[in-house]
Amino acid sequence: MSVKVEDKLFLDRFNVDDESHLRLRDGQVCFDRCQDQPCLYICPANVYKLEKDRISVNYEGCLECGSCRVGCPHFNIEWRFPRGGYGVRHKFG
Amino acid sequence: MDETFDAAIVGAGPAGISAACVLADRGVKVIVLERGEYPGSKNMFGGVLYGHHLRQIIPDFVERNCPIERNIVESRLWYLSEEGGLSFAYRDTAFFEERRNNAFTVGRAKFDRWFADQARAKGAVIVSATVVTDLLTDDAGRVTGVKTDRADGDLRAKVVLLADGVNSPLAAKAGFRPEVRPENVALVVKELIALPEEVIDERFGVSPGNGVTCEILGNVTLGMNGIAFLYTNRSSVSIGIGANLADFAMQQARPYEMLESLKTHPMIAPLIKDGKPKEYLAHWLPEGGYDTVPRLCGEGFLIAGDSAMMFNALHREGSNLAMTSGRLAAETILEAIEKNDFSSSGLQGYVKRMQDSYVLKDLRKYRKFPSFLETHKELFTSLPRATCAAAREMLTVDQVPKKARQRDAWKAIRGQVPPLRLLRLVWDAWRSVR
Repeated sequence: MSVKVEDKLFLDRFNVDDESHLRLRDGQVCFDRCQDQPCLYICPANVYKLEKDRISVNYEGCLECGSCRVGCPHFNIEWRFPRGGYGVRHKFG
Repeated sequence: MDETFDAAIVGAGPAGISAACVLADRGVKVIVLERGEYPGSKNMFGGVLYGHHLRQIIPDFVERNCPIERNIVESRLWYLSEEGGLSFAYRDTAFFEERRNNAFTVGRAKFDRWFADQARAKGAVIVSATVVTDLLTDDAGRVTGVKTDRADGDLRAKVVLLADGVNSPLAAKAGFRPEVRPENVALVVKELIALPEEVIDERFGVSPGNGVTCEILGNVTLGMNGIAFLYTNRSSVSIGIGANLADFAMQQARPYEMLESLKTHPMIAPLIKDGKPKEYLAHWLPEGGYDTVPRLCGEGFLIAGDSAMMFNALHREGSNLAMTSGRLAAETILEAIEKNDFSSSGLQGYVKRMQDSYVLKDLRKYRKFPSFLETHKELFTSLPRATCAAAREMLTVDQVPKKARQRDAWKAIRGQVPPLRLLRLVWDAWRSVR
């Protein structure tokens, strides 16, 4: 089943910070050493996308679950909470 | 911030606010730091709270307009294959009247905000939009306060209670808890689907204000160790699905695809028909059980709720464990204030209180349950198929004599799960929960 997660994220409210709270420590690791690239699958917001020569980090739609941080086999994702008041804002929870 | 507080609490969820209420009630100078724009704005769970535990903090929560969605009068357990499913359900008049609000649904954005307001009314200081980035420690390694991402961000306190949830980079950074391992959490995604109140009443067969919970197991998690749920709110239903994070990585499954496919299941589709999706969220469940609970306190700090990995996977209880651990942490802090001893030994009463409470007793009882699920994948693959196939055989009415039918039903089971394996499963299941 092909599902566009963008349609789901569109339902949510975000207060997007200018600066990303997620960062790949070393983009080269993703290509040279990471076979499975689980970040491309496990992220419930599809933050990580495979581009031609890199993995892009679309932090704007991050749901702040933490899965990429602990799911990355190379601990290559620098992860912090968005600054106070920024990020996803639950309407119902 | 120049002020010194008796207690600083990280996180305005059920654990943190419970503690803040108990402390503020006794005149303790307490501050709660919440990273969301308001309490609840970052919080999410399946949807069920328990009246008993809330009553211990706010005895008159109903009169104080606690934002209850629906009082749960019926609990269903569904075991689903791709085509169908078995349903076990229990409804009781006791849950309508004398045990009303034994369990009820809430939305955390509303509930946590209300709960924090109760703490504020008692005198607690609640500061939102503030991330605690680190802990302040003295030369001896004693926790003496918190660092925040505000400009004048250091805040001193005699004791710090960590109640910042399962995804706590702070706990890992401070060394209170090892970083979460993928196999010890479930990643859950949840969608809120709006439906008119009377449509929900009708579809779930309940009177206004009452509701139903469905816990769902089976093939819906694509063979991964996982769960799904469908809970009724006042004018929406919460549908969610999750699986062990290590399983997700191995399976290369996408959480939102699994959710969409769940919504088309024949047992679920009619219940959410014409509903409008309103929100999509993701969160972890601490599923590792007793063996992943960290040291509960140390020099100048305590840890409660999801931060301490307190979750009873078998009964799907978490919010009550959070409230109880928050309350017991607060009682310990009161004791420490009296003795003016915030050292590790001064806070040991928390460990004793937790051991004497249902929280650690239950977690210990089900200690082996997480690994039982992880090592019996047939629960999520062949067994649901087998039971559903057997049920289909038994319920098909034609000219085949019942004896032959039963043989076919048994054959359907045996074809999926060998009898010895089945016996082993039942035995292991019993051993993991006794």
